[in-house]
Amino acid sequence: MADHADGPLLSTPLTDLHRELGARLVPFAGYEMPVQYPAGIIAEHSHTREKAGLFDVSHMGQAWLVGPDHETTARALEAMVPSDVAVLKPGRQRYTVLLNAEGGIVDDLMVARPQGAENEGRLFLVVNASRKAVDYALIAANLPDNVTLEVIEDRALIALQGPMAAEVMAAHAPAAADMAFMGVAQMEFDGIAVYVSRSGYTGEDGYEISVPAGAAEPLARALLADERVAPIGLGARDSLRLEAGLCLYGHDLDETTSPVEGAITFVLQKRRKEEANFPGAARILSELADGPSRVRVGLTLAGRAPAREGAEIRAADGSVIGVLTSGGFAPTLGAPIAMGYVDPAHAAVGTPVKLVVRGRELEASVAEMPFVPQRYHRKPSA
Amino acid sequence: MSTRYTEDHEWITVEGDVATVGITDYAQQQLGDVVFVELPEVGRKVSKGDEAAVVESVKAASEVYAPLDGEIVEANGVLADEPGKVNEDPEGAAWFVKIRLSDTSQLDSLMDEAAYKAHVEGL
Repeated sequence: MADHADGPLLSTPLTDLHRELGARLVPFAGYEMPVQYPAGIIAEHSHTREKAGLFDVSHMGQAWLVGPDHETTARALEAMVPSDVAVLKPGRQRYTVLLNAEGGIVDDLMVARPQGAENEGRLFLVVNASRKAVDYALIAANLPDNVTLEVIEDRALIALQGPMAAEVMAAHAPAAADMAFMGVAQMEFDGIAVYVSRSGYTGEDGYEISVPAGAAEPLARALLADERVAPIGLGARDSLRLEAGLCLYGHDLDETTSPVEGAITFVLQKRRKEEANFPGAARILSELADGPSRVRVGLTLAGRAPAREGAEIRAADGSVIGVLTSGGFAPTLGAPIAMGYVDPAHAAVGTPVKLVVRGRELEASVAEMPFVPQRYHRKPSA
Repeated sequence: MSTRYTEDHEWITVEGDVATVGITDYAQQQLGDVVFVELPEVGRKVSKGDEAAVVESVKAASEVYAPLDGEIVEANGVLADEPGKVNEDPEGAAWFVKIRLSDTSQLDSLMDEAAYKAHVEGL
């Protein structure tokens, strides 16, 4: 993800709290963000897998798409994404991608249809921080006259992730306990009006909480007061999402990669494939039928040395077959893992490959993803 | 002889003409959790400023440069199995390499503890 070198860094409503908690702040997508707290990335990572981690993701873009009715707003967004948005029921969210005319991914994002008659015709979008300007310009330029984009600048976004997230959340927002994975709801958190989705980017059960900026710090402090909750920085957020096999835009996905190459074909629903009316449909449908020229795979390494983004991937015979787009140490596994794009002839799980690090070939093999099982809350509790 | 330091956050102690080299506590704090250390082969000749080792933290790889000219005479094998030692005891058990110096007068160009402390405080 490109760090914006020009201009002063932006802060979030929680920046002072991060500093108070001893965070190391670094530039990220134009914001000053916590990369880690004094506990360190491995401890923060493990805490999230075992208990509950609090993440400030306020740098991400939140926006409303507003039209006269759901069908109109959904169809307007569908002109830019390959997913079935019209089918979304109130209180449901879906992961999708904005596409360019060549079927390349402009950004990956969440789209939610809120509950309530007062929200008819409204969709709630959460986009990547580094892509906000690009996304908003693209969306605004492609909307019909009766649908508008309303960028939200006065809300923070806080993620609570981990196996104890639901118990922690229930003490402040009892309505959150009954939500299903990828459900969204408006509710009160200790009297604060919030939008909550049961989702996240760690592979764990958890929530993302959209809160008015002025109430973000009290809300974060209320969560951190629970001994099961620790603050988690971007460093562990990256290792958690990598273990979960999830893509990071600007690394694992960019404007040249299609959803088929990116192995996220679940963003394509049947009706949309049949209608073939999304940007780049010809390329994407042909890749679905005949296979893409490259595909994203997971990789496990035989040794302890990690391989990083940019490392060349070679076949057993030494020929170059691809490149790593993410790589690092997996704290849960105690071993290095990576993902990258390879020639589909070498994409089968178990295929031995070599990763070139500092001129040397490291033994690796194509692996099943996620590397660590996802533990989403698939069904509402009884 | 007292411990010497480089601007790149290495520490050096010398016995006779053999220098023991590691990274400072400040360096390990900046790196965060160390998960892998790549050390040079014994017998390799190094010149001041050459890449002598690589430290991999969870987030990134960082080079460790030879602080002086010489020959690698020992590498700390403990770090292969326990890279986390670099975080626990950077200026003790987690030394990286021993270098037989070809010119001990180069030591004079390195910082003493007070100068290094001032260097870190200025960062």
